Amino acid sequence: MEASDRPREHSPGPDSGPADRGGVLPPTHSRMTLKVNDTVHVIELDHRTTLLDLLREHLALTGSKKGCDQGQCGACTVLVDGRRVNSCLLLAVAQEGCEVVTVEGLAEAAGADGDLHPLQQAFLDRDALQCGYCTPGQLCSAVGMLEEARAGQPSVVTDTDRPTDAPVRLTVEEIRERLSGNLCRCGAYPHIVEAVQEVVVRDVAAREVIV
Amino acid sequence: MKPLLYVRAESVGEAAAAHAGRPEARYLGGGTNLVDLMKLGVERPEVLIDISRLPLDQVEELPDGALRIGATVRNSDLAGHPLVRERYPVLSQALLSGASGQLRNVATTAGNLLQRTRCAYFQDVGKPCNKRVPGSGCGALTGVNRDHAVLGHSEHCVATHPSDLAVALAALDAVVELAGPGGGRTVELTEFHRLPQDSPDQDTVIRPGELITGVLLPPLPGGTVSRYRKARDRASFAFALASVAATVQVRGGVVRHIGVAFGGLAHRPWRARRTEAALLGSAPTPEAVARAVDAELAAAVPLRDNAYKVSLARDLACEVLGSLTART
Repeated sequence: MEASDRPREHSPGPDSGPADRGGVLPPTHSRMTLKVNDTVHVIELDHRTTLLDLLREHLALTGSKKGCDQGQCGACTVLVDGRRVNSCLLLAVAQEGCEVVTVEGLAEAAGADGDLHPLQQAFLDRDALQCGYCTPGQLCSAVGMLEEARAGQPSVVTDTDRPTDAPVRLTVEEIRERLSGNLCRCGAYPHIVEAVQEVVVRDVAAREVIV
Repeated sequence: MKPLLYVRAESVGEAAAAHAGRPEARYLGGGTNLVDLMKLGVERPEVLIDISRLPLDQVEELPDGALRIGATVRNSDLAGHPLVRERYPVLSQALLSGASGQLRNVATTAGNLLQRTRCAYFQDVGKPCNKRVPGSGCGALTGVNRDHAVLGHSEHCVATHPSDLAVALAALDAVVELAGPGGGRTVELTEFHRLPQDSPDQDTVIRPGELITGVLLPPLPGGTVSRYRKARDRASFAFALASVAATVQVRGGVVRHIGVAFGGLAHRPWRARRTEAALLGSAPTPEAVARAVDAELAAAVPLRDNAYKVSLARDLACEVLGSLTART
C-alpha cells in the first residue's frame, strides 16, 4: 500500500471485533487509541492481540515481520515512544496512548517527501540484505540503537570508565553487540554493520560541524 | 491463548484489590516472558492486571546511601543509571549481558526476578514437568540436561533460574520489597528464590496476590570493586551456561568485604557463602582464591550432560576474583 492510500483515520474493519455487530464490547475486548506513524487510530480489539498482529492484521502495516513470534529474532522490531521493542511480545491493549513508528513510518520521520531514512538509503547503498525478511526489524532496531548510543546508554562492551552521558563511540564491536537482537538467516551481517557505520560516521561528522 | 480480561491498575492498592480472590490473575509488567509463556500455553491467565504504569519507575537514593529501585524500572534504564554505573558496575554489567536491546527496553526489574526457567521441558506442554504440572515428572532429569542445574537440584526438578540481574543482586545483599493483601514485607534476595525440593512449581516465596514494589540496594563499603562475567553459547543474546557476580574490598592485603554469587548453576542465584568465608580476612592469593571457589563447588552434583559447568564456573570465578583483588 502506498503511503498516500493509507486511511488517515482508522475505522474498524470486518475483523475488528464484535463491536461492529452490537456496540457493547465483551469484557475480553477493549477500545483503545494508538498513534501509528503519525496517524491516530481508535481500535477495538481482543485483549490477546499483540502489537505485531494489530499492525499487520488490523492496520495492514505488513512491513513489521513475524519471524519467531517469541522475541528472539527481532523481525518485528518497531519503535514505541521512541524506544525499540519486539512488537510480538507486547499486548496491544497495554500500549494505549503510545506512539508507534514502524518501518513504513521511518521515511516520514526523516523529513522531506520521498526521501528514505538515511539508514534505509545506507542499507540500499551497501547491499545490506538478501531475502529482506529481517530488514524492517534491522532498520527499526538500528534507528533505536543509534538514539540509545547518542544518549550515552552503555552496552556490555562499552568501556565502563567513560563518562555516563557522553555519546558512545560506535565501533564495529559495539554495533554488533547492540544489534544482537536482530537475526539474519542470510548472514548479511557484514554489510548491515557497514551500513550502520556509514550513518554513524556521517552523524559524527555532522555533529562536529555543528559544534 | 484463552480469552482474558484486562485491568490497568493506577496504584499498588488497586492492583492488589484487582488480584484478590482471582488465582488465575497475573500481574503484567513488561510481559516479555509472560506473553511468550501465554503463547506456549504454559501460562493461562484469565485476568491480566497491568502494573506497568504504576508510579514505581524511579531509582532513588535514600538518606543512608542505599538505592531504591522501583519495580517497573526498565532493564535498560537501570543499567544506564549514573548511580548504578558508578557504584554497582556488577549490576549494570549483569543487566547488559542479558537479553537484547529490544527486550531490555521493555523488561522490568520485578519481572526479571519473577521470570520463569527456560528449561525446554517446562516450555513444552507436551513434556512432563513438575514445575508446570506438579506430579507429572521431570523430563530433564534423565533427558537432555546440558543447560541444567549442578547445585541444589532435586529429583523433582533440575531447572535453573535464568536471570543475570538476580545474580548480581544476590552478591549485593539486595532486599526485595513486597506489597500484598496482608500488607508490605521485605525478603532478602538470596531468600526470595527457592530451591526446588518437592515443590518446584513455587519459584519464589512470593504469596498469592503479592507483588514486588521495589528492590533495595545497601551501600557497599568504600573502595569495593565489583564485576559480572557470563559464559554462554554465543557472543551475545543468550542465557548463561554459568556466570559469576562478585564484589570485593581488599585493605592491607587482606579481604575485608566479599560477596560472590553464581548464575546458571541452580534453581536460584547461588550465593557462594563458603567461598566468601574462606577468603574473608585472608590474603587473596591465586591459590587461596582457587581453594575458596573449590570449597563452594565441592557440593556440585552434575547431571549426565553438564559436568562442564563445574569447571566453567570455577574458571569464571577464579578469573573474576583474581582481577578484582588485583584492582582493589
